[in-house]
Amino acid sequence: MRNVWTIASRELRSYFASPIAYILLAMFSIIFGYFFFSAVAIFVDFSSRGQMGMQMPPMNVDQFIIQPTLGNFSIILLFLSPMITMRLFAEEKRSGTIELLLTSPVRDFDIIFGKWLAAVLLFACMLAISMLNLAVIFLLSTPDWRALLVGYLGLLLMGGTFLAIGAFISTLTKNQIVAGALTFGAFLLLWVLDWVNAYSTSTIGKVCQYIAIAPHFEQFSKGVVELKDTVYYLSAIGLGLFLSKRSLESLRWRA
Amino acid sequence: MIKVERLTKRYGPTLAVKDITFEVEKGEIVGFLGPNGAGKTTTMRILTGFLPPTSGTASVAGHDVLEEPLEVKKHIGYLPEAPPVYPEMSVEGYLDFVGRLKGIPSGEVNERLDGVVEGCALRDVRKKLIGQLSKGYRQRVGLAQALIHDPDVLIFDEPTAGLDPKQIAEVRQLIHDLSGEHTIILSTHILSEVQSIASRIIIINDGKLEASDTPENLMARMRGHESLLIEIDGPPEDVEERLLAVEGVNGVSRKNGHGGRTSWSVETSKDAVIRSELARVVVESGWGLYEIHPIGMSLEDIFLKLTASEDAAEAAVQDEPAAEAGADSPDETVEPTVSEAAALPEEAPPEEKEESSKQEGAAAS
Ligand SMILES: Nc1ncnc2c1ncn2[C@@H]1O[C@H](COP(=O)(O)OP(=O)(O)OP(=O)(O)O)[C@@H](O)[C@H]1O
Ligand SMILES: [Mg+2]
Repeated sequence: MRNVWTIASRELRSYFASPIAYILLAMFSIIFGYFFFSAVAIFVDFSSRGQMGMQMPPMNVDQFIIQPTLGNFSIILLFLSPMITMRLFAEEKRSGTIELLLTSPVRDFDIIFGKWLAAVLLFACMLAISMLNLAVIFLLSTPDWRALLVGYLGLLLMGGTFLAIGAFISTLTKNQIVAGALTFGAFLLLWVLDWVNAYSTSTIGKVCQYIAIAPHFEQFSKGVVELKDTVYYLSAIGLGLFLSKRSLESLRWRA
Repeated sequence: MIKVERLTKRYGPTLAVKDITFEVEKGEIVGFLGPNGAGKTTTMRILTGFLPPTSGTASVAGHDVLEEPLEVKKHIGYLPEAPPVYPEMSVEGYLDFVGRLKGIPSGEVNERLDGVVEGCALRDVRKKLIGQLSKGYRQRVGLAQALIHDPDVLIFDEPTAGLDPKQIAEVRQLIHDLSGEHTIILSTHILSEVQSIASRIIIINDGKLEASDTPENLMARMRGHESLLIEIDGPPEDVEERLLAVEGVNGVSRKNGHGGRTSWSVETSKDAVIRSELARVVVESGWGLYEIHPIGMSLEDIFLKLTASEDAAEAAVQDEPAAEAGADSPDETVEPTVSEAAALPEEAPPEEKEESSKQEGAAAS
């Protein structure tokens, strides 16, 4: 565990020593802020109509602000997570520092888990920023904080999945741009899978929907922990890390 | 301490290391010598557990590199060909990271860090970012990185590549100081690099182990193979005759001269102190002497000398002489590299850096 932390803390410091972390956080703040703002605007619009005596269903902030805002997270992850993970291994392979890691008395899995953890922690910084936005609602209303926590748990799991896949792709090449592009391509494909097959009832359609990452978040965003979604995310993370380990091993055999 | 048996490494169709066997005892300093692409880096990477061997075994401190990689890695300090540093980190931050990575207990990291910062003369740049350091300093950070956990076995891949002569001397001194408690393997293209500090030299060429012996024994085996380049303004026939008559000269061959002058390559026995004698003969004959200096022997030639016996001369005939190394400057700073020449030791101390010769084929015997 100590080794994992050694790797992760170096990686984190490295994120913040370069502009990348700040750029990502700034981009995230703007995009998330926009999503949040539009959700609030719609909410205000609808509720004012309600006050004007029109026939409207009862409204609450959970359903009209928190759920859609968190639901949009998968789009943000689609764009930002390749930028988080593309350098993880590609850069070490390019500069030769991978030779230091692989000749040190640490297990391959410590290296992979440490790097993934660093990426997840950077993502957690984004989540923290988003919480600042959402805190505003608590000043004005009384949302269900338990549902919100579940939503954030879901975000961590979904983010972890994106980042584990990204980490794996980063082990495949020496070039971080290539890694980034491949990762984005892979995520886009997974996203499209969901989108195209959303209403399909065929077996293939269902399989595609199961594979897609984002739909599994839906229940989390409503504050419900579904076992099958949790299992999906945890096994996807496990698979990503396992493939990374395999890839690192084969890097040795091929080298 | 290190045991390598029938080691073979294949990269796809390329056979990089072929059936190499050797052993290194505790406290030895072994120099890996060989030209580009010989397989030095590959062998070292196998020893450090970075690459697995295709066949054969390697063990360090009694642990097999494939079966107990973590144990092996604990015992090794490794400086790869390119120092494995992170440019965005400070020297201090980097060494702290490596210290922890190598398993030094948290409480002792600082102490060890101070130790290697002193040992590798990094005090002035401690707080600097590695990306802002010169190549020489970066190399020293690489050395510090290999030493921080005080490993028994040190493996340095071309530790002096790209350094200036002063820093080469410093690194050599550092390695020399490390000997005794540590077992050291270092690789290089340059014979003179290792002959002074290594207790044994292992010569690798084209993936094969060509020789493994003490520097003294290797030199003895190469004795009798020094060549001089001499440029004379005089009638070629007479020159050849008179030069051949000088005692200790084994052969003379003419190279293309320019103007009225002719260049000659003179094969001498290594033992003879022959240059002044040659100069005397030339001057006494009333010819002009323009140049006289030893010419280097390429590593390829050294391998031929070491490995082939009778047919050495024959083989050398086909070898186009291209010796112009070491040239005129007695300057210590001119280090011939493998493509040019390898410095050979000189028993007579006055010209410490004398290069011995590339063999002139036609002249041989
Ligand atoms: N990753 C690789 N993939 C394919 N072939 C390789 C790889 N690394 C090395 N080789 C080949 O293996 C052989 C030995 O290379 P190696 O790097 O061990 O030589 P070296 O003695 O260290 O040379 P140099 O003095 O240039 O550092 C070369 O022919 C090289 O082309
Ligand atoms: Mg090499």
